[in-house]
Amino acid sequence: MSILINQNSRVMTQGITGKTGQFHTRMCREYANGNQCFVAGVNPRKPGEQFEGIPIFATVREAKEATGANVSVIYVPPPFAASAIDEAVEAELNLVICITEGIPVRDMIRTRFKMQGKKTRLIGPNCPGIITPDEIKIGIMPGYIHKKGRIGVVSRSGTLTYEAVAQLMEQGLGQSTCIGIGGDPVNGLKHLDVMQLFNDDDETDAVLMVGEIGGTDEEDCARWVKENMRKPVVGFIAGVTAPPGKRMGHAGAIISGGKGTAQEKLAVMEECGIKITRNPAEMGKLLKSALG
Amino acid sequence: MKIHEYQAKEILRHYGVATPRGIPCFNVDESVNAARQLGGNVWVVKAQIYAGGRGKGGGVKVAHSLEEVRDLAESMLGMRLVTHQTGPEGQTVHRLFIEEGVNIANEYYVGMVVDRGSQRVCLMASSEGGMDIEQVAAETPEKIHKVYIDPITGLTDSEALDIAAKIGIPDVAHAEAAKLFKSLYQAFDDNDASLAEINPLTLTADNDVLALDAKMNFDDNALFRHADIVALRDLDEEDPVEIEASEHDLSYIPLDGNIGCLVNGAGLAMATMDIIKLYGGNPANFLDVGGGATAEKVTEAFKLMLKNPNLEAILVNIFGGIMRCDVIAEGVVQAAREVQLTVPLVVRLEGTNVKIGKQILADSGLTIISAENMADAAQKVVNAAAGKA
Repeated sequence: MSILINQNSRVMTQGITGKTGQFHTRMCREYANGNQCFVAGVNPRKPGEQFEGIPIFATVREAKEATGANVSVIYVPPPFAASAIDEAVEAELNLVICITEGIPVRDMIRTRFKMQGKKTRLIGPNCPGIITPDEIKIGIMPGYIHKKGRIGVVSRSGTLTYEAVAQLMEQGLGQSTCIGIGGDPVNGLKHLDVMQLFNDDDETDAVLMVGEIGGTDEEDCARWVKENMRKPVVGFIAGVTAPPGKRMGHAGAIISGGKGTAQEKLAVMEECGIKITRNPAEMGKLLKSALG
Repeated sequence: MKIHEYQAKEILRHYGVATPRGIPCFNVDESVNAARQLGGNVWVVKAQIYAGGRGKGGGVKVAHSLEEVRDLAESMLGMRLVTHQTGPEGQTVHRLFIEEGVNIANEYYVGMVVDRGSQRVCLMASSEGGMDIEQVAAETPEKIHKVYIDPITGLTDSEALDIAAKIGIPDVAHAEAAKLFKSLYQAFDDNDASLAEINPLTLTADNDVLALDAKMNFDDNALFRHADIVALRDLDEEDPVEIEASEHDLSYIPLDGNIGCLVNGAGLAMATMDIIKLYGGNPANFLDVGGGATAEKVTEAFKLMLKNPNLEAILVNIFGGIMRCDVIAEGVVQAAREVQLTVPLVVRLEGTNVKIGKQILADSGLTIISAENMADAAQKVVNAAAGKA
């Protein structure tokens, strides 16, 4: 098994009629089993219409009831994206992947509060999405750089994740599932949550975690790994050279009050038995070496 | 986004937070008139810059006469105020805030930030007014009291009263302090703040609770719904290069090195800076051209980097996903021609349409140093910057 998604996942696109939603729904359908996996779209103003044969519904609940979709991917613009997540949570989907970048933190605080005790898991926002290679991709990553295999990848970044995957491929290592959890300060699944899933996945042999400055998610994950992880974990943290107090592209990538530095994260990871590299060109080699 | 102290106080007053009376001023005569208008015989002359630590840097001074107000205003306006947050070059003072003097009995601290762990707004308060909260957290963490605020109910009366008691505000002023905490949260929440800080929070000899200083930052992602906040932006306080970058929707941060970096994606951009440093070089900037870069955007990015007089070499590092390498390559060629590149250029392309992209660079006739991977790219650009290309 992979984690969170596989060829049996049935996916709806919220924001399917926008340019981005259309483009990426098309790309995802063209990847592996995408044609059978992407079954519905949502737009409250265009129910009854279609996008390239995919039926469009007014609400998430209607789309779920009519098609059996249990996963949603969101490309809705930032002012409306948090309520799109709320709608998917209320419809009790299993998983929501929010690609949208630029959602106000205040909206995400309320959305995350309302998600407490609900069954729905959230990936993102401000993320590339999730891919189980050669089965299904949900998001904006280039599918062709991946190959099915036994390495799990979890990262806060987009292109740096692609870089990591390319380095794994150079070492002849395919991936079980790759997840970009996003670069926002208030988000859904964290490194720790994804690590737990990889630990329990019998098709994952080892995990590459890619972090960046800001917050303490990587440290929290590292401490859990030390106590619980049964598989090798290697890591890289971006931003050793980032100046404090500056937002480095991602809303969540900021060193504030001396907290959230790359040095601090790398030190905790090492203490917890995670092999780390300070060289972003050596992520693939490091993982290979950890397989023994 | 940041704003000045006097602007933050105006917002907070609107929510019922008491502050000393004060008047913002842009020149010396205005400052003296403001003091006269406020009346009394003690005033505080406060330099208005975004950076903290103004008091220690000599940007906050007490005057006991109108002549003294004039002297202080004359010396502060136009000065380069250096604090621990401005860097050694300091920040030029263009605005002053003249406030009435206050009879201080005691000082406290209250602040609010978004706490990533709990995913809530966290109120922090302490008896240690006037001190840097990070220093208090490091030295005497037991003196900081926190409330993780429920986003639906907001800060409750009992939570607010409890905090007032815990930081040692006398019983007689508990109700007034609690009201201030609740007003502060309302101002934070209504305006999509990312930080709000009152340091010091002051108890006067008459047991009034006043915000003696105030600081507010706002979530950039939420500015679309706060035109009133955006109107407060003071461009004098921002780096002109960063302003220009934001106009072209580029994420650009100048650094003190000599190797310019142009990268797609924030994580990869940081990693590119890191690997340059690791190979013995110094990055001149962070620059994320984003997912939808066009040839025009790449050209603007080159222009920004070339404004840096220290620039010795440029590294373009692109992992094409949705963004195709051939589009980037065309952008690089167009930019290199348009801006008349005077420093060595190293380009590393990977991902979608990489072969076409590399061909475009090779056919361009430009002197471009091609790199195979990130390590190769870093080594080559560090050598080039050192004149060993």
